[in-house]
Amino acid sequence: MTVAPDAVGVAASWRVRFTSATAFRVESLLVLAVLTAVMTVAAWPYFLTVSNALNILLATSTLGVLAIGMTFVISSAGIDLSVGSIMAFAGVVGCLAVNNLDAPWPVGVLACVIAGILAGAVNGFLVAKGAIPPFIVTLGMLGVARGVALVLTNGVPVYGLPAPIVYLGQGRPWGVPAPVILLLATAFIAHIVLIHTRFGLYAQVIGDNEAAARAMGVRVERMKGLIYALSGGLAGFAGLIFSARVNAGDPTAGISYELTAITATIIGGTNLFGGRGSVVGTVIGALIMGVLQNGLNLMGVSSYYQQIAIGAVLVFAVWLDRLNRGEGRRR
Amino acid sequence: MSLLELADVRKNFGSIEALRGVTFAVQAGSVVGLVGDNGAGKSTLMKTITGVYRPDSGEIRFDGASLADKDPRAIRERGIEMIYQDLALAKMRDVAANIFLGREITRNVLGIKFIDHKRMEIEAGKMIEKLGARVKSVNQIAGLLSGGQQQSVAIARALTFNPKLVIMDEPTAALAVREIEHVLDLIRNLKSHGIAVILISHRLTDVFAVCDRIVVLRQGAVIADDPTAQTSMNAVVSHIVGAA
Repeated sequence: MTVAPDAVGVAASWRVRFTSATAFRVESLLVLAVLTAVMTVAAWPYFLTVSNALNILLATSTLGVLAIGMTFVISSAGIDLSVGSIMAFAGVVGCLAVNNLDAPWPVGVLACVIAGILAGAVNGFLVAKGAIPPFIVTLGMLGVARGVALVLTNGVPVYGLPAPIVYLGQGRPWGVPAPVILLLATAFIAHIVLIHTRFGLYAQVIGDNEAAARAMGVRVERMKGLIYALSGGLAGFAGLIFSARVNAGDPTAGISYELTAITATIIGGTNLFGGRGSVVGTVIGALIMGVLQNGLNLMGVSSYYQQIAIGAVLVFAVWLDRLNRGEGRRR
Repeated sequence: MSLLELADVRKNFGSIEALRGVTFAVQAGSVVGLVGDNGAGKSTLMKTITGVYRPDSGEIRFDGASLADKDPRAIRERGIEMIYQDLALAKMRDVAANIFLGREITRNVLGIKFIDHKRMEIEAGKMIEKLGARVKSVNQIAGLLSGGQQQSVAIARALTFNPKLVIMDEPTAALAVREIEHVLDLIRNLKSHGIAVILISHRLTDVFAVCDRIVVLRQGAVIADDPTAQTSMNAVVSHIVGAA
C-alpha cells in the first residue's frame, strides 16, 4: 500500500510545526497570561507598568539563565542540583581574579564562565564515565562548589568590581537592564541549539531512549559530559550576572536556586523524565515565577505565602498538561 | 572473500562467558539465519558486530577491513545496519527525526551545522513511500504509532543509507501474519538487490523460508552452520536444544 505523496509530511500544519519547533506547553503561556491579568487587577496600578515589567525580567534573569542550562540537563533525563552552588563558586572566582590578582575585567568575565564550565565538566565526567547517578554527582557538587566558594573567601563577600563588569549587572543600554538583554540573548542562542543542532536533538534523544541513541551512533558519554559542562558554564554566567548586579562575589549566593530552576523548567513543559525540552517554555516558566513573586510583593503578601503559591503553580501547570495531553499518555 | 567474517570472537560479562569463540561468515547478498535458545548469545553477538559491545578477543572483519575499536557510528558508516527487536526508536521524536537519527542532514551556516528539518522530512517521506509503509505523515510522533508502523520506521531507517548488511533481530515476533509476509518479502527483496541479511528469529518456518544458511548458536558458540538445503527443521531444533 502506498501513500499519496502530498500526505507524507511535506505539508505539516503551522500548528504542528510551531509547537514541535518550540515544544513548549501552550498551557504555560495561558498560566502566565492569567497570572498577569490577576496581578494587574490585584496590584493596580503598580503592576502593569513598563518599569515593573523590566523589574520582573531583571529579577528573573539569573534564574532564567540557570533554568536554560537545566533544560538541557533535564531533557537528557538528568538533573543538576549543583547550579546554585556553581553560580556562587564561579562568581567568587571571577571576583577574586579581578580583585586579588588584579586581572583585567575581561579575564574576570572569562574566569566566571570557565570556572562554571570546569565544575560542570567534573559533573559530566562522573556521570558519563563513572556511571554515577546525576542526582548523586550533582548533590556532591552542590556541597563541594559551595564549600570551595566559602573557603576561597573565608565566608566573606568580595566587594568592589571594575566598572565594565558592574555595567553587565547594573547598566541600562536603551533603558533595558543589561541582565535582561543577556538573558534574552542566552535564551535565543539556547533555543536555536536545542531545536536546530545535533547537540540539542541528541540531548533530548538520550533522555528519550539512551540505548537507541547509542545504537544509532550518538556518542552518549561525550554528549553527557558536554551537557553538564554547558549547565555549569551557564551557572557560571549566571554567577557573573549576579555578582555584577550586587557588585560583589558572594559565596552564599544562589542557595536553593537549583530547585527554583528545576521548577521553572518543568512549568515550561520540559519533560521531567527527559526526551523533550523547550527553552521558550523554560523562559515562560521563569517568568511565571517572577510575575507571581513580583505581584505578591506589590500586594504586600509575606514571602512565606509566596513559597506556597510557587509550589501550587508548579503542580497546577503539570496537571493542566496531563489533562490536555489525554490520549498522548500512550508514551 | 566473505562480506562479514568472525573469527573466535569472545565476550565475557564478569564471570559469564556470553560468547565463547564464535566463528562464522556471511557472503555478500546472502541471507543467514541465526537461531538459538534464549541466552545462547544471539543478541550479544549482534551487539558486538554493531559496536555496542567490544569483543574481549577475536577478529571481526567487514568488507575487507577490521571492525576492531570501531564505535557504532563508524560501523554504520561502513554499511552495517541493525533493526533491533525493541526497534530502538526515540518515541518522543517524529518519524523523520527517527529515520535520520545519528545521520541528520545538516546545513552549514557560518561554520555551524544546523539540522535541515525540511529536507529530512522530504527525504523521509520518499523513503516511507518507497517502502509502501502505512505511515500517514513523517511529522507523526513515533511513540504514538502502532507496532507495525513503528517497525516500518525502524526498517526505513536501516535502508535509507544503502547498507551492505542488515541485521534483523526478531523482526516478525510482534507482527500479524500478513505483516510477517511483508517482512519476509522485504528480506527477499534486499537479497535480490545484493544486500546481505542476518535474520535472528525463533520462528523457524520464517528462517527456512528465506535463509541461504542457518547458523545455530548454543551457549555462546556456533554448533551448526549449514546451507538451508542440506539441513532440516528437525536437525536445527536438535542443535538448538542440544540433543544432537
